[in-house]
Amino acid sequence: MLKDITIGQYFPGNTIIHRLDPRTKLILVVVYIAALFTAREWLSYGVMLLVTCAIVAVSRISVRTLTRGMKPLVFIICFTGVLNLFYTTGGTTLFDWWIFHVTTEGVKRAVMMVVRILMLISGTFLLTYTTSPMALTDGLELLLNPLKKIHVPIHEMSMVMSMALRFIPTLIEETDKIMSAQRARGADFETGKLLERAKALLPLLVPLFVSAFRRADELAIAMESRCYHGGEGRTRMKQLRMAGRDWLALFSGAALLALIIVMNVYGL
Amino acid sequence: MESVIRTENLTHVYSRGTPFEKTAIHDVSVEIHPGELVAVIGHTGSGKSTFMQHLNGLLRPDSGSVYVDGEDIFASKEATRDVRFKVGLVFQYPEYQLFEETVYRDISFGPRNMKLSESERDERVREAARLTGVGEELFERSPLELSGGQKRRVAIAGVMAMRPRVLILDEPTAGLDPAGCAGVIRNITDYREETGSTVLLVTHSMDDAAKIAGRLIVFHEGTIAMDGTPDEVFSRQRELVEMGLDVPQSAAIADALRARGVALPASIYTSRSLREAVLDLAGGVAPC
Ligand SMILES: Nc1ncnc2c1ncn2[C@@H]1O[C@H](COP(=O)(O)OP(=O)(O)O)[C@@H](O)[C@H]1O
Ligand SMILES: [Mg+2]
Repeated sequence: MLKDITIGQYFPGNTIIHRLDPRTKLILVVVYIAALFTAREWLSYGVMLLVTCAIVAVSRISVRTLTRGMKPLVFIICFTGVLNLFYTTGGTTLFDWWIFHVTTEGVKRAVMMVVRILMLISGTFLLTYTTSPMALTDGLELLLNPLKKIHVPIHEMSMVMSMALRFIPTLIEETDKIMSAQRARGADFETGKLLERAKALLPLLVPLFVSAFRRADELAIAMESRCYHGGEGRTRMKQLRMAGRDWLALFSGAALLALIIVMNVYGL
Repeated sequence: MESVIRTENLTHVYSRGTPFEKTAIHDVSVEIHPGELVAVIGHTGSGKSTFMQHLNGLLRPDSGSVYVDGEDIFASKEATRDVRFKVGLVFQYPEYQLFEETVYRDISFGPRNMKLSESERDERVREAARLTGVGEELFERSPLELSGGQKRRVAIAGVMAMRPRVLILDEPTAGLDPAGCAGVIRNITDYREETGSTVLLVTHSMDDAAKIAGRLIVFHEGTIAMDGTPDEVFSRQRELVEMGLDVPQSAAIADALRARGVALPASIYTSRSLREAVLDLAGGVAPC
């Protein structure tokens, strides 16, 4: 049910991918996406696919987990594929009927687009699957730190983000629990007309909001009693440190991007 | 005797096929007879709540079946829905389910879902409120402004108002002060006496279990480790301790006395039986 939502979920582990500094992983994802959009021909796509598969293998994230996460996006992927298939001109015509023209170029573009989207999703999923939300927001805050100079409230934004991420699973669990409790009293969330269904949500939404506000209150009190007063002068218990493997990973990322650019220039 | 609830080889796996896969209960077969008061005990995470949610069809087993009054509750959609009213389940921390504007309306939520007539509903709400000690002066108050103990009673009344033939309560005394605990336990025994219902009570208090239950079921790592009268279960103290459970205080005291050579009879697990046994040894009459 609700528990099956895996977007943005973190699967703890101890592989080298898990242990990389979150900043490294964030930068690498950007580099990876840049490389993906630079790749133009079969060979460079092959290289990217190889790299993606290697990372998945090293991270020990099962392919099943990855594909399950993609389920909600199937429609978009198919839509893009079909669009590219019919609306690309050039190459020899394979199929021509009414408004549908399928060309060799169209088939190629469609396949490439779908593969690109799949790799794009895999790359970003790998980031959240292997990095805890806390580490992710910490990394993001440190990377965006320079923006504080022009008065962008980076600390506050990352605090809000990490709290939101922290409470998503709690809220999902709570929704599940309250739903069960109301079902036990005969509430029916599945059948009925639209209006009836909307009304039936009341026994779920009221307790959910009450408890969300209660939690927010408790959290605020807990933070204040620990003297939280914004990011100014705050030190961290867990210092992020770049290790040798981080530099190595960044270097490999840069090399990959360079390779893809060169291949692009030579039309490979 | 005909059983009111029967489970056969019930198995439930959470998050199947993910790295978080967890077998919560495994191969649980049990029979509950009409009118019994069964206490279910077990360490946190032993599968008690998971098991209970199968009995009124909230969770579907991965394998195995549940029969209520001899009928398979998962046979049809209607059967699964009907069983909600036959088997009433009070969740842990039930006060979080309160949502109506007034206490009265909240207690009548279940009866409204049963599509009962106005007068029938009113009668049931008042009966449930009386059984749980919710005064009628609270009826028009918002449930959110009540004290913790009062909220708990209102929530329990909300399930009792459906007059289920089997009442299941999942740790109904968790987080209450001693007076609140005693009150809730009294409400439960009162309900059973008045209605003759079957009651299943999940509890961490061995003393409560010893005092009111006629039968004890011990869960351990998703299976039933022991099932019997309080006598039978509490005589296996060593095993209970190995499962991370206690015995009632009186049983522990009797045990310590026996270890020092006091010749106490077996099967002492309530303060009353301990007192009587000690007085017997002292020669009969109580000093005061
Ligand atoms: N909704 C759920 N999703 C995943 N795992 C769960 C869920 N509910 C319970 N579990 C797991 O199943 C096991 C049994 O839990 P539970 O039935 O709540 O035990 P108890 O009520 O005896 O404490 C525990 O290990 C728990 O972590
Ligand atoms: Mg429980």
